[in-house]
Amino acid sequence: MNFYALFAQLLALVTALILAPILNGWVNQCRAWMQNRTAPPLLQTYYTVSKLLHKDALLAHNASSLFRVAPYAIFSCLALASAIVPTLSTELIFSPAADAIALVGLFALARVFIALAGMDVGTAFGSLGSRREMLIGFLAEPALLLIFFTTSLISQSTSLSTIVATLAHRDFVIYPSLAFAGVAFTMVSLAENARIPIDNPTTHLELTMVHEAMILEYSGRHLALIEWAASLKLFAYSCLGLALFFPVGITEVADPVSLAMSGVILVMKLAIGGFMMALIETLSAKMRIFRAPEFLGTAFLLAVLAMLVHLLLESGK
Amino acid sequence: MQFLDQPIDFEPLADHAALTFVARVNAQQLMAFCGAAHTAERRLVALWGSDERDRDSQNGYALHIAFDMAEGLACLTLPLATENPQFPDLALPFPAANRMQRAVHDLIGAAPENGDRRPWLRHANWPAEFYPLRRDTPDARFAAVNEEYAFVRVEGDGVHEVPVGPIHAGIIEPGHFRFSVMGENVLRLEQRLGWKHKGIERRFVNMGLGEGAKLAGRVSGDSTVAYAWAYSQAAEAISGAMPPPRALWLRALLLERERVANHLGDLGYLGNDVALSFGLMQFMRLKEDWIRLNARLFGHRLLMDCIIPGGVAVDLDAVGAQAIVDQCQALGDEVTDLKQIYDEHAGLQDRFLTTGRILPSLAKLLGVIGLAGRASAQRWDLRCNHPHEPYDRLEPKMAIERNGDVAARALVRFAEIRESLHLIRKIVSEMPPGSIGNLARSTADKRGFGWIEGWRGDVLVALETGADGKIRRCHCHDPSWQNWPALEHAVIDNIVPDFPLINKSFNLSYAGPDL
Repeated sequence: MNFYALFAQLLALVTALILAPILNGWVNQCRAWMQNRTAPPLLQTYYTVSKLLHKDALLAHNASSLFRVAPYAIFSCLALASAIVPTLSTELIFSPAADAIALVGLFALARVFIALAGMDVGTAFGSLGSRREMLIGFLAEPALLLIFFTTSLISQSTSLSTIVATLAHRDFVIYPSLAFAGVAFTMVSLAENARIPIDNPTTHLELTMVHEAMILEYSGRHLALIEWAASLKLFAYSCLGLALFFPVGITEVADPVSLAMSGVILVMKLAIGGFMMALIETLSAKMRIFRAPEFLGTAFLLAVLAMLVHLLLESGK
Repeated sequence: MQFLDQPIDFEPLADHAALTFVARVNAQQLMAFCGAAHTAERRLVALWGSDERDRDSQNGYALHIAFDMAEGLACLTLPLATENPQFPDLALPFPAANRMQRAVHDLIGAAPENGDRRPWLRHANWPAEFYPLRRDTPDARFAAVNEEYAFVRVEGDGVHEVPVGPIHAGIIEPGHFRFSVMGENVLRLEQRLGWKHKGIERRFVNMGLGEGAKLAGRVSGDSTVAYAWAYSQAAEAISGAMPPPRALWLRALLLERERVANHLGDLGYLGNDVALSFGLMQFMRLKEDWIRLNARLFGHRLLMDCIIPGGVAVDLDAVGAQAIVDQCQALGDEVTDLKQIYDEHAGLQDRFLTTGRILPSLAKLLGVIGLAGRASAQRWDLRCNHPHEPYDRLEPKMAIERNGDVAARALVRFAEIRESLHLIRKIVSEMPPGSIGNLARSTADKRGFGWIEGWRGDVLVALETGADGKIRRCHCHDPSWQNWPALEHAVIDNIVPDFPLINKSFNLSYAGPDL
């Protein structure tokens, strides 16, 4: 461990906390433009979070301590998850401890907390949302793990830093398996981040909600943390996708100049990625909830294909 | 005059745009007529009650039932006893009568002899013995109270209830929906409406004819033209002052503009409910342009107060006519493009097709009318079935679909926009010159009916004046009365998240059936 690794680690965390709401705002802006609307400001998520932080947090009479703890737990899980994704540099102090499987575990832990909190107050919508979230989650997680396994097979390691370092600094080789894995990862990200076509983040129709239904009872600082955590999750997934499939610009050494350089490249990649996500969301309609298993089943299938393709074509024997 | 070989002598009423007949009957005659009308596949238009104790001490109340006969509108009046007024239950031949009967009980205090006697418009805060449409009931206001309504319970392993509303996550009208679900599948839906009772029918009493027109235009903002025209027809029948031809053509122009505006909005929201915001934005842009031209030419975005008894309050000059023709052309092209996008969008069609289905047989059984009825092959459209001027000259084509799903209701809307644009162009080019209004003066103790095909379905206004020529009773009937129960059936076996889409495809009024 050296000083720069610690610095890079802290920088990654701060970058995530700062950039995540902006990424969310950027996706919303792109969406608005594509729909011929006047876009909300880029910093709208910040304004929303700061507004919510100034408001009182109202609790239902029958809310248990779990309901109060959940926002902090969710926020911590997702902040940690965004910190262990190699966004700027692969030299992070957490990387020996936190590998790809731990990352999936962190996402799962956040999911468990939000689903339990959704059911805690006992409203019909919360339970509906939690049930749907778990349906989506249990289909998305295996697909996500398989994607990681494919990349692990390429790099012979489950450590995210090693995976990204291998992919970023290998000789130019075309990996057909990564194409399959990339498509699967995009599908999983859409589902996991409550985006169209699985969920609609802007809906006001309580019967159709998934993510929003679980957090209907939250207000004030709790809701602010959950909103922020949701944008962190989107940020973590985006960075993960960029690091695995477009790893250009992620530095191996943690010195200030290369960190600044990779920061600039990251912002550009996120801008393009956010635009693509907004495009997908604008072009598609939301699926029926029972199409979600088909959608995620396809993602899983593609992930399996990626692994098979790697074993058959790329293992070099 | 007799109908359906029933020994009831109907009296034709003069000065009505659609042929209108009235008759007084007793309970046996009423039941026999209802049976015959059901067999002949005629439909119940409206059912309402009135307080007649100042005229007849023995039979102090009356029940009025209007039917759509092949010849025109037939209204039967059943006198009810002052003491313990009761009437036979008509919900068996005509299921749509159920809620109207319960509303009669809540408003007048006359109850069906048997069958469903749960309150409908009356909520727990409104005392059981308080009947607002009785003449001796004082004005009152009641604080909100939580109520225990006797919803039908679905029992069984894994069945649970999801209550939704009347306060929703979005800014929409209040309605309570009680779903009994198994997983995501809806086993049963029961509605509880009437959360914002405004006392409009009570407010009508003792108003002048002209004053009443303003109130009738505010029964349901999205159907203000239909209500104002129906009210004006009734008022003109009472006064005997028929509007000049140009006024009728202008009214048809306004009615078709209202239809197009609402259909545009609904098509946008149907897109929005499957998360295709693109559709919402495009259709709302078109609707906004459309109603801005309303404001420019006729002085009101929704066209309120443009129709008055005796004629219309606004005229159209050559410049305005040209603006309308140009707009029809531009809108027609854009809607054709958008229809193609909707038709070819796989995700949207997947959500629309087979969702919220009402098969023609069920639609006939439930008496579904208007736009939703036409999407289930029910051929009810006053503009075609009982055309009055200018529709007898315009000859509109009825839009009919057979599938009865969300997609069919969207297709009917597209077809009606196209047809309305065609009618508007025809109206503008063939509109006769002349004056736009006659003076409508009230006549004492007279009845008049107005019957207009609004964008949702047919609106009926039954108007009666008292000895002083002021309004004695004005009943406004919204087509949503007939179609709300159909929504309960449309949702069965669909999944919970599809309900908002199905609901929007009907787009029924919460305010119209709660006066």
